[in-house]
Amino acid sequence: MSVSEIFETMDYGKAPESAADALAWLVDQGSRFGHFIDGSFTDPVDGFDSKNPATGEVLATLTQATQVDVDAAVKAARKAQPKWEKLGGHGRAKYLYALARLLQKHARLFAVLEVLDNGKPIREARDIDVPLAQRHFYYHAGMAQLMESELPDAEALGVCGQIIPWNFPLLMLAWKVAPALAMGNTVVLKPAEYTSLTALLFADICRQAGLPKGVVNIVTGDGAVGEMIVNADVDKIAFTGSTAVGRRIREATAGTGKALTLELGGKSPYIVFDDADLDSAVEGLVDAIWFNQGQVCCAGSRLLVHEPVADAFYAKLRTRMSKLRVGDPLDKSIDVGALVDPVQLKSVSEKVDANTAGEKFVADTVIPENGCYYPPTLITGLNPADPLMQEEIFGPVLVSTTFRTPEEAVQLANNTRYGLAATVWSENINLALDIAPKLVAGIVWINGTNLMDAAAGFGGVRESGFGREGGWEGLTGYTKPEGTPKPLKTIEPMTGDGAPIDTIDRTAKLYIGGKHARPDGGYSAPVWGKSGALLGHASLANRKDVRNAVEAAHAAKGWSKTTGHTRAQILYYIAENLAARSDEFAARLDAMQGGRSGAKEVATSIKRLFTYAAWADKYDGQVHGVPIRGVAMAMKEPVGVIAALCPAEVPLLGLISCMAPAIAMGNRVILAASEPFPLSATDFAQVLETSDVPAGVVNILTGPQTDIAEPMARHMDIDAVWSFGLGEFSKTIEYASAGNIKRTWVNNGMARDWMGQAGEGKTFLQAATEVKNIWVPYGE
Amino acid sequence: MATQLTPAQSAAATTTGSHLPQVTEPRNPGMPLDMNWVRSVQANTSAIERRAASLPARRSVKKQHQAAWLLRAITCIDLTTLSGDDTDRRVARLCAKARQPIAPDLLDALGMGPITTGAVCVYHEMIPAARKALEGANIPIAAVSTGFPAGLSPLELRIKEIEMSVAAGASEIDIVISRRHVLSGDWQALYDEMQAFRAACGEAHVKAILATGELGSLRNVARASLICMMAGADFIKTSTGKESVNATLPVSLVMIRAIRDYYDRTGVRVGYKPAGGISKAKDAITYLALMKEELGDRWLQPDLFRFGASSLLNDIERQLEHHITGNYSAGYRHATS
Repeated sequence: MSVSEIFETMDYGKAPESAADALAWLVDQGSRFGHFIDGSFTDPVDGFDSKNPATGEVLATLTQATQVDVDAAVKAARKAQPKWEKLGGHGRAKYLYALARLLQKHARLFAVLEVLDNGKPIREARDIDVPLAQRHFYYHAGMAQLMESELPDAEALGVCGQIIPWNFPLLMLAWKVAPALAMGNTVVLKPAEYTSLTALLFADICRQAGLPKGVVNIVTGDGAVGEMIVNADVDKIAFTGSTAVGRRIREATAGTGKALTLELGGKSPYIVFDDADLDSAVEGLVDAIWFNQGQVCCAGSRLLVHEPVADAFYAKLRTRMSKLRVGDPLDKSIDVGALVDPVQLKSVSEKVDANTAGEKFVADTVIPENGCYYPPTLITGLNPADPLMQEEIFGPVLVSTTFRTPEEAVQLANNTRYGLAATVWSENINLALDIAPKLVAGIVWINGTNLMDAAAGFGGVRESGFGREGGWEGLTGYTKPEGTPKPLKTIEPMTGDGAPIDTIDRTAKLYIGGKHARPDGGYSAPVWGKSGALLGHASLANRKDVRNAVEAAHAAKGWSKTTGHTRAQILYYIAENLAARSDEFAARLDAMQGGRSGAKEVATSIKRLFTYAAWADKYDGQVHGVPIRGVAMAMKEPVGVIAALCPAEVPLLGLISCMAPAIAMGNRVILAASEPFPLSATDFAQVLETSDVPAGVVNILTGPQTDIAEPMARHMDIDAVWSFGLGEFSKTIEYASAGNIKRTWVNNGMARDWMGQAGEGKTFLQAATEVKNIWVPYGE
Repeated sequence: MATQLTPAQSAAATTTGSHLPQVTEPRNPGMPLDMNWVRSVQANTSAIERRAASLPARRSVKKQHQAAWLLRAITCIDLTTLSGDDTDRRVARLCAKARQPIAPDLLDALGMGPITTGAVCVYHEMIPAARKALEGANIPIAAVSTGFPAGLSPLELRIKEIEMSVAAGASEIDIVISRRHVLSGDWQALYDEMQAFRAACGEAHVKAILATGELGSLRNVARASLICMMAGADFIKTSTGKESVNATLPVSLVMIRAIRDYYDRTGVRVGYKPAGGISKAKDAITYLALMKEELGDRWLQPDLFRFGASSLLNDIERQLEHHITGNYSAGYRHATS
């Protein structure tokens, strides 16, 4: 077209970024890649093609890792780890800083290579992915530097197996590798088979940084390789990807003692209130669902619009959609590029085609004929019952319904199995700050969306996974408390055939919903003292009692809304009432267990109650220093309903050590009492009754923990399970928890010093809370 | 009136032949002050800034397209001199540049016919000089008015100034609003004032300068934009060029979204003129992209879009020469205004 013609049409024309340097880099590597193990590349063998989804062209041939490769990578990482950890924070900080600098120096090469491999628009790779990846290395260079002073009791986990997805290949690598290395771990990372090239370029960068051999190892291949890593001799698995695969990893790692963090799918709500800046909320959707072709786990994919503005909002949105430019990802004027692979294109198409509900609007924009392109799509008028309102589409498809009231907005927003992110648009600060804490999500953006930074944790709740990446909260996923735990000893119940010590029969019942309830099964078992005397009977709880306890715990949801001050008052009151009966409790402990440690255990229990009464109003959130004009508030919220298998040893202190941090943070608990020594727990129920603890906040079950461990872990309405019981429960619980991907905290058969420092503190508080990052940009 | 071409359009039609569509827009008749609408306006500053920051990175215009866009930008410039030391000869020089903003050899190389700037913009006293210098050129004369830039002279005098400028031959009047009406929330007064100015303009088109740098918030910019359109402004304009902050992308976004809402509700297209601080060719491209994205191609014509600028033209000339020769150009190679 001539200048004079364009002068009339005012078209954009093409503005292509050159792929020459990236293609030249591939050619320099022989266009064939092996794995990066122990500081060097292996010879490329049996491969699979890495293709450009925009054109279908083969970019390079990659090697499918074998068990031998994975073993070699893990071995190299294992060998390198102690020295890397001993290098110290400052030593590691220097390497992380070098990696950040090198990422910066090669920024355009990384960006273009990412576009070729993934199909995302060059603008996004250049302005978002690569700068954020750099930021994570800079940020965590700082964390390495500060580790010794700020996390004095933490040490590295060891070798971390990391499996990352194809939607943000380099960025997800940075999120995984930077914190792991900072805390003294070494890694074996598997990029997604569609998008391995920037990880291989990163391997090259590691060599340029002089990173010690074996600290970073990268193996390529499909899910089978991921499976090998999961089953390998690693100390932790960090996975980002689909909920289905996350579930399988949870099952596979159950009982192995491997730490696990999962960052899974989402169907994040995007709520627009009638007082929002509608134009900005429309523009926000461009960043929410048309960013990265909608292939974003935290994409605002479920639009909820306030009825008074719904029609106006949809009209503005449709107009905006038709301005989106879809096409060549290397074109600087493209908003929506190619989906990652024909498989993904098919999956998105099929999901949308299967839907007959609502009204579908497809953006009136030009779509290239060839390549994996899907048009920006909006489906309005859906209902929560429609599959597209519940299932993750992972493409540029937005679904929507309307709401009448703020309460209904929250109800619709939370009507999902996921809980990754949420967006709220309102100019009313009261409304926005009221809604944000009510949304079940790990991240809430107010008047903005997809805001991310290394300083603020990212991660979800429910079936969106557990663990956080970024911020101080992200470091817990790559550290463990110092020290070597000892194996747990099995404690057998006492036996006997003596007469009851009390002539008036006392059958301890279950404590559910503030009432002493008979067990559903109708069975009780005798509890014998050390002397062989019959101390009483304890009820045998079964799965239906678990069910009842969960119902009661949910009925007590008001507890989570009480103030820390109120909860502290109640914890002090429990301590006060326990203290009043300390002699009786000490005597009971001694009668059940023998010995004379009862008095000390009671005293420690009272002290522990004081500890958590103290924490109840002091375990503060943070305001993260994110690079926007605004705040990212890391709020600590209760997990919800926590079930705990209390330790067999220290029957009173163990129960209180589980209960107190949980309820101090606003959770409701179901406690499975010490199996051999249950009567301190049932006695304690009476203390609870007299201490103003609302019904249902604490529920106590007795009987064999074996009978209720699995039902607890399988229960979809329990948010976390802790196990300090028999070691074998660890596997049972972790495996069964995969159902709703609930958080678990298990002892893996290791003992804990309940009487000492290990029996209380921040580890418990962290387990009892979720960190929700609420981003509030401001400015008038 | 509605079927008449504005002087700018006739100029374009006669000087560039088919280069500009023969467009006609009915003038904005205005509407009753709708305070419900005004009060419901929201402008989220952070979100608007994010959009404004990402837009230049979202659209890139290269090669012939860039040249064509820059030529279009020239036709949308209100080539301006608003200095205390303006003289007749200074204005004549400006007008000569308006007639021939680009050297003919460059236009030839680009395969373009002659173009002119959108208008020249001067103070009232300079209208006769401009008129003389532009004789036969069909380039409209815009006069800043109403006690520009502060707008604090007596209302009668401000209205009289408009009438005198129109009588002197200005076909476009750039009025300044009373910022105090916005800052004190006296929306009715703002509406009444704008209506009075519009009436005084008669056939001449009126551009309402909001002086956005003095309105305190983007929300106020949005409200003032709506009220001026309700009162019949043909254009809304950011700044006098004399405030400490002049045209910015966030302010522009707010104003053109107000224009869009007004169009959606009334079917009337109001024009937009960012003024002050736009001096680079790249900025001009960004503004054109902003108009194209938020309002559509119709707003890329000089009857609905103008730049208030003085030094922008020289930078565009340098870029166009670079496009033709492949060598980076120097300012002195291009005729000054």
